[in-house]
Amino acid sequence: MTTIHNVPRTGAKAQRVTVGTAKYLSLVIAAACTLLPLVTVLFASLKTSEEYGTTGALTPPSNWLNLSNYVTAFDSGEMLEGILNTGIVLVVSLAGTILIGTMAAYGLDRFEFRGKKLVFALFLIATLVPGVTSQVATFQVINGMGLYDTKAALILLFMGTDIIAIYLFIQFMQAIPTSLDEAAMIDGASRWTIYWKVILPLLRPAIATVVIIKGIAIYNEFYTPFLYLPSQDLISTSLFRFKGPFGAQWEVISAGTLIVIIPTLIAFLFLQRWIYRGLTSGAVK
Amino acid sequence: MAINATGPASADTGADRLHPEGRPVRPSGAARRRTWRQTRRQLTPYLFIAAAVALLLLLTYWPAANLLYFSVTDWDGIDQDLNYVGFENYVQVFTDPRIFEVFYVSLYYFGASFLQIGLALYFATILSFNTRFRNFFRGVLFFPYLINGVAIGFVFLYLFQPDGTLDTVLSWFGLTDPPQWIGDPEIANWSLAGTSVWRYMGMNFVLFLGAIQSIPSDIYEAAELDGANKWQQFWAIILPGIRRIIGLCFVLSIAGSLSVFEIPFIMTGGANGTSTFVIQTIQTAFTHRQVGIASAMAVVLLVIVLVVTFVQRKLFPDEKVDLT
Repeated sequence: MTTIHNVPRTGAKAQRVTVGTAKYLSLVIAAACTLLPLVTVLFASLKTSEEYGTTGALTPPSNWLNLSNYVTAFDSGEMLEGILNTGIVLVVSLAGTILIGTMAAYGLDRFEFRGKKLVFALFLIATLVPGVTSQVATFQVINGMGLYDTKAALILLFMGTDIIAIYLFIQFMQAIPTSLDEAAMIDGASRWTIYWKVILPLLRPAIATVVIIKGIAIYNEFYTPFLYLPSQDLISTSLFRFKGPFGAQWEVISAGTLIVIIPTLIAFLFLQRWIYRGLTSGAVK
Repeated sequence: MAINATGPASADTGADRLHPEGRPVRPSGAARRRTWRQTRRQLTPYLFIAAAVALLLLLTYWPAANLLYFSVTDWDGIDQDLNYVGFENYVQVFTDPRIFEVFYVSLYYFGASFLQIGLALYFATILSFNTRFRNFFRGVLFFPYLINGVAIGFVFLYLFQPDGTLDTVLSWFGLTDPPQWIGDPEIANWSLAGTSVWRYMGMNFVLFLGAIQSIPSDIYEAAELDGANKWQQFWAIILPGIRRIIGLCFVLSIAGSLSVFEIPFIMTGGANGTSTFVIQTIQTAFTHRQVGIASAMAVVLLVIVLVVTFVQRKLFPDEKVDLT
C-alpha cells in the first residue's frame, strides 16, 4: 500500500488510465466475441443465395430489408406449426406447474403432517437425477400410458419435473405471515378458500418469476420434444429439422435460427430484471 | 394421529378447539360429523401435495427404479420377455472401450469450465465496480445463456464453417491456414467445448455478480480509505467473499461436463469423436435398442453425480444446490 503513495501523482493517474483502458478494451472484446457469431448469422439471413455464395461471412447484406429467407423458413420450414405447438404446450404446462406447485408449496409450508420430511427429501433427491439419461426409463412410462407422440406427454413431463418452482413458491410463502391465514380461518374460510383467495394472489411475484424462467426453459427444450413428439414440431425441433432439407442453404437456416432467437431477445429486453432475479434464486437456493 | 387440535397448523375452526380430544361420550350424529370433519382435516395437507407427489413418483422415482431393474436384464425395449443377466451390463459399461472412452470427452468440457469460470469471475469483478454501459455489457455477456440450444448449434456451425466467420477473423491476424474446426476429430471437441463456454459463461457471471454485490459496500469504502487498490480489494474482499459460490460452480461443472448433451448432439450428432456419455446412452437405448446396457450406463452416471454432490455437500455444507 505504501508503494501507491511513493508513485508520483502523474504516474498514478497514467496507471489508472491504462487500467481503465484495459478494462474497457476487455469488455469490448468480450462483447464482440459474444455478438459477432450472432451478427454474421443476421448478415447471412438477409442475403440472397447468389449473394451468399459470392460474399464473405463478414460482408453486410446489400439489401437490409431482404426478408425472403424468412418467408422461406416460415413456409417450407413449417415454423409456424412449431410456434403454435410450442405456445399450446407452454401455456398448458405453465398453468399446470403453477397450480400443482403452489398447492404443494401451500401444503408443505402451512401444515404439519406425517411424512412431511420424507416428501421434502424425495423432492430434494429428485433434483439430482440427470435429466436426459433417465429418459431411457421415462420413455417406457410415457409409452406405457399411451401418450407417446402426443402433446400431453410433453405437458406431463414439463409439469412433473418442476421441483425448483415448488422451492421458489415455498421460499416466497414463508414470507407471507400466517396471521393472514388465521384471520381468514376465524372468518370461517376453508383451507381451499384460503389457498385460492388469500395465498395465491399474494404469490403473484413468485408466479411471475416461475412463468418467465420456466417459460424460457420450455421454449428452449430440445430433447423432450425430439424424443416424445416425432410427428409434430415444437420450435426447437422444427429448427433442428432444417439440417436435412436446407443442407447447405445457410441463408435460410440463418433466417430460421433468428426466428427462434428474436422472441428470446424481446423477452430478455423487457423482462431483464425478473430473469436475473429468477435465475439466481433458482440456481442457488 | 399426527394432528391434534393444539398443534400450530390445525387451528382450523373454533369448534374443534372446544373439544380438544374430540372423543364423543356417546355416538351421535354430531359426533360422527365431527370425526368425518377431523379425518377430512387430517387429509387436507395430503390433498394439497397429492398432484405434485404423484408426478414426482411417476416421472422420477418409478423410472429410476425401472432403470435399476432394466440394468440387470437384456431387454431391448420392445419384446415382452426379458432375461436376468446379473451385472453383465455393468461389466460391459466399464470394459467396452467404445462406451468408456467417451468419458474422456468430458475432460474437454471440464477443462473448458475453468476458462468459463475464470472469465465469469473477471467480468463479474470489473462490472461490479463503477463502469460505463454496465447494464449493456452485463446483458450482452448474459444473453447467450437464454438462447435456444438448437439455434446456438446452428450459429456455431456457421461460425466454424471453412472460410466462415472464424476463419475470416483469424485471417485478419495473419492466421491463414486454419484447421477444420468441426471436421477434424483432433479439433472438434475443442470447438464444441468453446461453444459451451460461450453458451454458459453468462450464468456463472450473473451468479458471481450477484454474490459480489451482496458484499456490503462499506467494506470497499473502508479498504479504499486504507489505500487498497482494486487488485488488493479483489484478493482481500471479493475472492474470500464469494469463495463458496466459486467452489459450488466448480463442483457443478464436474456434473455438468459428465452430462454434456445438447451441443454435441445438435452440432455433430456425436460424429468425429465428439460423442459424450449421454449421447452414447441415448443411442444405445433408442438407436441400438439395448435398453439393458443403456440403463446400466444411466445408473453409472446417476451414481457418479450423487457421489459428486455428496462430496460437494461435505466441502460446502452451507450451500444447497440443484443440478438442473
